[in-house]
Amino acid sequence: MTTETSTEYEKYYVPEKSKLAVCATIGLILSIFGASYGLNEMTFGDGSGSWGILWVGLAIFAGTLFVWFRTTIRENIAGMNSAQLKKSYVLGMFWFIFSEVMFFFAFFGALFYVRNLAGPWLAGEGDGGRMNGLLWEGFQYSWPMASTPQESIGGAGNQLIANNGTFESYDKSMAFGDASAWYAWLPLWNTLILLSSSVTVHIAHLGLLDGNKKKFNLWLGLTVLLGIIFVFVQAYEYYEAYEHFGLTLNSGIYGSTFFMLTGFHGFHVMMGMTMLLIQWIRSVKFGHFTADDHFGFEASSWYWHFVDVVWVFLFLFVYIL
Amino acid sequence: MFLKAKRLTALALGPVLMLLGLYSASTAAADAKVNEINMPPGVTNVGQSIFDLHMTIFWICVIIGVLVFGVMFYSIYYHRKSRGVTPATFHESTKVEIAWTVVPFFILIAMAVPATSTLLEIYDFEDAEMDVLITGYQWKWKYEYINEDGENVAFFSNLRTPQSEIYNTADKGEHYLLEVDEPLVIPVDTKVRFLVTANDVIHAWWVPELAVKKDAIPGFINETWTQATEEGVYRGQCAELCGKDHGFMPVVVNVVSKQEYAEWMAAKQAEAAEIKQLMAQTFSMDELMERGKGVYDRSCAACHGANGEGGLGKAIADSPIATGDMAGHLEVGINGVPGTAMQAFGGQLNDVDMAAVITYQRNAFGNNMGDMVQPIDVFNHKKG
Amino acid sequence: MGDHHHGPAKGLSRWLFTTNHKDIGTMYLWFSFAMFILGGSFAMIIRAELFQPGMQLVDPLFFNQMTTLHGLVMVFGAIMPSFVGLANWMIPMMIGAPDMALPRMNNWSFWILPPAFLLLASTLFMEGGAPAFGWTFYAPLSTTYAAPSVTIFIFCIHVLGISSIMGSINIIATVMNMRAPGMTYMKMPLFVWTWLITAFLLVAVMPVLAGAVTMMLMDIHFGTSFFSAAGGGDPVLFQHVFWFFGHPEVYIIILPAFGVVSQIIPAFARKPLFGYDSMVYATASIAFLSFIVWAHHMYTVGMPVAGELFFMYATMLIAVPTGVKVFNWISTMWRGALTFETPMLFCLGFLVLFTIGGFTGLMLSIAPADFQYHDSYFVVAHFHYVMVAGAVFSMTAAVYYWLPKWCGKMYSETMGKTHFWISFIGFNLTFFPQHFVGLAGMPRRIPDYALQFADFNMMSSIGAFIYGSSQILFLYNVIATIVSGKPVSDDKVWDGAEGLEWTVPTPAPYHTFETPPKVDASHAHS
Ligand code: HEA
Ligand code: HEA
Ligand code: HEC
Ligand code: CUA
Ligand SMILES: [Cu+2]
Repeated sequence: MTTETSTEYEKYYVPEKSKLAVCATIGLILSIFGASYGLNEMTFGDGSGSWGILWVGLAIFAGTLFVWFRTTIRENIAGMNSAQLKKSYVLGMFWFIFSEVMFFFAFFGALFYVRNLAGPWLAGEGDGGRMNGLLWEGFQYSWPMASTPQESIGGAGNQLIANNGTFESYDKSMAFGDASAWYAWLPLWNTLILLSSSVTVHIAHLGLLDGNKKKFNLWLGLTVLLGIIFVFVQAYEYYEAYEHFGLTLNSGIYGSTFFMLTGFHGFHVMMGMTMLLIQWIRSVKFGHFTADDHFGFEASSWYWHFVDVVWVFLFLFVYIL
Repeated sequence: MFLKAKRLTALALGPVLMLLGLYSASTAAADAKVNEINMPPGVTNVGQSIFDLHMTIFWICVIIGVLVFGVMFYSIYYHRKSRGVTPATFHESTKVEIAWTVVPFFILIAMAVPATSTLLEIYDFEDAEMDVLITGYQWKWKYEYINEDGENVAFFSNLRTPQSEIYNTADKGEHYLLEVDEPLVIPVDTKVRFLVTANDVIHAWWVPELAVKKDAIPGFINETWTQATEEGVYRGQCAELCGKDHGFMPVVVNVVSKQEYAEWMAAKQAEAAEIKQLMAQTFSMDELMERGKGVYDRSCAACHGANGEGGLGKAIADSPIATGDMAGHLEVGINGVPGTAMQAFGGQLNDVDMAAVITYQRNAFGNNMGDMVQPIDVFNHKKG
Repeated sequence: MGDHHHGPAKGLSRWLFTTNHKDIGTMYLWFSFAMFILGGSFAMIIRAELFQPGMQLVDPLFFNQMTTLHGLVMVFGAIMPSFVGLANWMIPMMIGAPDMALPRMNNWSFWILPPAFLLLASTLFMEGGAPAFGWTFYAPLSTTYAAPSVTIFIFCIHVLGISSIMGSINIIATVMNMRAPGMTYMKMPLFVWTWLITAFLLVAVMPVLAGAVTMMLMDIHFGTSFFSAAGGGDPVLFQHVFWFFGHPEVYIIILPAFGVVSQIIPAFARKPLFGYDSMVYATASIAFLSFIVWAHHMYTVGMPVAGELFFMYATMLIAVPTGVKVFNWISTMWRGALTFETPMLFCLGFLVLFTIGGFTGLMLSIAPADFQYHDSYFVVAHFHYVMVAGAVFSMTAAVYYWLPKWCGKMYSETMGKTHFWISFIGFNLTFFPQHFVGLAGMPRRIPDYALQFADFNMMSSIGAFIYGSSQILFLYNVIATIVSGKPVSDDKVWDGAEGLEWTVPTPAPYHTFETPPKVDASHAHS
């Protein structure tokens, strides 16, 4: 059911009533409800939180998204989408990615702030912290933070700031340490993996533009594979951090920023990977996409490039500098 | 009631003042505090600079306002359709548009100059003659005089207004909510540097007449200073939302002559020495219970209820902790319960008070444990 | 497809499943009014408790919950959705588009709001109570020291953010992509312009807010130390992240209001908007500046002096573009042929009171003076002047102005004017004395106060009840119009009104501009 318009004007497809939004809402709200009560039970031990509600919510949400995208794809195949509507999708994706950039901006801003301002202030350096020596006697600032302010004054039992938790610094940080063993430094390999996946997805795109679906499928599949490898290496790194480096979420601000940035990045990699995987399945299984109509793929690949660029910054500011 | 007639007049006068938008630097009345409508210039040079700055900007805004609204009302009156005017059609003029971009810009520069110099004055922390470390707690202030030579003197400053006044069962006193059990005392004509921090959440130490407001950030020390030129009692309040009793943590500063200050300081130091002595003593049950009730009402009742029935904190009556193992009870009192509002009181109460309040909790509200805690037990528990 | 020209479906499914921009706009508007009543009720509890010194009605913790929820509900539930609703209704009609660019997502952006607010309000009944840390939720009061309801609060903020981001993306896509041929950017009505810029602000800062609450979530449940000095973090970091969102947020609130006023004043002055181009540039400058002034909310946290100076200068600069707007509105009135129907009255009220609020804003921006103003009722007075007399007045004006177009019937002018005058007087009675008590030293967010502030507080409470009651009149007037108003015969409704929305029949049909209109000079700014 499309909106009828006059002939000289390409019609803009305005969908009729749709249940999608309401279903997605139910999924989303159930998810946050379940997550809130679940977390509260975990931390405060009260309430009858049920993680089950979260899973049900997420399932509904995922199911709705699936149907939603399927509907959109079918509409496109049925030729309902005008060039103008396609442009709306392009704009939508672009500004969505922009909002994601700003999400990471908040975390990078936090990292910058603690590294360059708050950290030195805690150690009594700089205009903002001339007198802090009175509180954190003996605290020396360095990045990665070798010991937390709390440790420097002898632990949480101290009368000051007693109630804010216990923060024990790591034994070994993730920063680039041993130049002679650079080949054993996983982040470097992961960077190479992710960077090359940006190249492979571009090659896939070129293949598609040439109408070479074989090339497209091959290189896109390769991209997804690289993404999976990246996630596994990252997971292995986390395992090492927790098991061998003593680096956890509780390791003071270094651990906090490290896991927050890499964690959210990793999550976005998984999202991007899923998007690409779906495009791959669409292409291989259903033969979707032509040289001049492949926005689903293009949007996913933009997202992938975005995830890649974030990693470059992350690699610089979290691992190297 | 307190100054009722005057208040009624003010109530009637208020709207008139409002309509005129009149600010006056001071009201003529003898007790200038009631229905004050402007910032107090206070008793410091910085306060005076801030006040002057405030008035300057205020008048600039008034003038701009009169011009802008004047034009507007002229237009409302003379260019109304009912007067039979035909509307003009102009809709731009580069010249005036540039003018009203540039002129405000210069006005702003004129404001920025005195603002900058006042700010730099405030930020000049050098040459302070004495330091006081101010720590915000939920919901009281701790003052610690950092004496280069000799003992530091430290004490807490709690709201003194009784609950009966707050809950309207007694008449409210003159300094309702703005009175404490023990004010900060500082000498006149002395540059006093305040080192402001907090133990739990963010508070802000504010005394309008000393022209000081500084946030107390847990884990960081902020600097600020004042130099009062007149003796007197100056009152303020915590100015950053810090939880339930944010409205009930006043600041009172007693500015006294240098001589009086020295005497006061000497007395305080003697008192501190006395407490040290008390710590070594053994108390009777009655002594502990009496002292303990005082401490409980002051420090614990806000969360645990006047009768131990609980509130923000868990009930003390019948509490498994307060009727259980003594060491466990001491542990909670001294080190708090991390991650909850139950703070570590070990640093806030001296060992005598801690012993007393724990004893009290174990024997009041129907918790008839019959056992006692002595200061030395507290001391030993802290040692570990 | 023959069944296309039907009107809306019947019953609940029309609203639940709709993709129509007018339906969605209507839902946003009603929802925001409901939230206005809810947030207003919280304000009434605040004002009732503050009627006299002493604790009478509620306990201090509950008072803090009221303050917090009042701020949150008003900002996120009442003001923002109301302008989104207006955007939904008006933008497609103003630029000659058949609908919003992404209609299904549009419905979704709306529908996640009501349950999110329901969940937030439900925390009032939780153990430990609702959030009680102010709408600015500073850590660590909102992390280590918060009640369990904070977790729900955090997720609700996430949902509100998602809603705003999707709504904004939709608006951006609509404006950039759906304009009728000939509707160039510099011909767009100013309301569209201000919303385009607002949407950009939203997409830029809502994710930052999401980041802030996510860090809180981690601190509360997963042991990180972003906002805890003991682990090397900093509570002030929270404030920086929050205000990086929070300051642009206040312009998100006011820019669409500027747009509304820029539509209405020319209509009742019967004269084109003065300085259209400079209005656009001024709006853009305000938006740009809003990103570099955030720390003016944090002058007292102990920033190094260089920071204080930078943020002070940058903040003061905002007076310039805002002044341009005020001067342009007044020049629009100058030598026009003015009439004073209700929408115009509310715009004039806006003009005077917003400017006063702007002046106090400028005073607050002077860092050394702000050391005295900060966290006092002077600040409360400032922001209610800009938000209530600014945003709410202009929203009210918008409803009166476009209501006849929406429902094809005319509201009662007498009742409208009465509403205006009671509001105007009640508003000033409420908030003007707050300048006085603030300057005299009354902190904000306190449930009880010293005796010297008693009279002005009583006055303020009386004013609040007057202002609040006048909203009943408004509600009644709107409902009465919809149910039994006098039908409007003229498509244009107001003889001085300009713009495409007035070229469609009255009431506006369910679908407008299925074929793009011709844009000629008389329908747009030149
Ligand atoms: C709609 C919302 C809105 C708007 C538009 C504004 C507009 C402004 N605000 Fe306000 N503000 C808030 C909402 C808003 N504010 C809120 C909600 C808070 C409190 C948050 C909280 O803590 O809870 C706040 C707090 C706040 C503070 C922090 C106070 C404190 O906590 O200590 C400051 C400080 O600089 C400030 C400044 C300004 C300035 C300079 C403007 C300027 O944009 C004003 C510009 C306008 C004019 C100046 C008038 C018109 C101009 C002329 C006629 C030209 C000529 C004039 C001159 C040259 C003087 N605001
Ligand atoms: C746009 C946002 C907005 C709006 C519209 C309002 C509207 C009002 N606000 Fe509020 N306010 C804020 C945003 C807003 N406020 C914010 C952000 C804060 C800071 C919170 C914080 O510190 O964290 C604040 C804080 C705040 C305080 C300070 C609280 C404190 O510091 O403890 C006060 C006190 O007077 C107040 C009062 C009012 C009043 C009387 C109204 C009135 O305009 C409301 C009028 C509306 C109604 C009353 C509802 C509709 C009418 C009816 C349902 C009819 C029935 C009513 C009667 C019969 C009376 N507000
Ligand atoms: C700021 C609020 C607050 C104040 C003031 C306070 N407490 Fe508590 N207290 C709490 C909270 C909250 C708990 C519950 C902690 C938990 O969840 O285990 C608690 C728990 C306790 C318990 C354990 C009760 C039980 O059954 O688990 C004891 C004992 C106790 N407090 C003693 C004291 C003493 C002694 C004082 C005063 C010197 C005091 N509290 C002051 C908030 C407070
Ligand atoms: Cu302490 Cu507010
Ligand atoms: Cu601001």
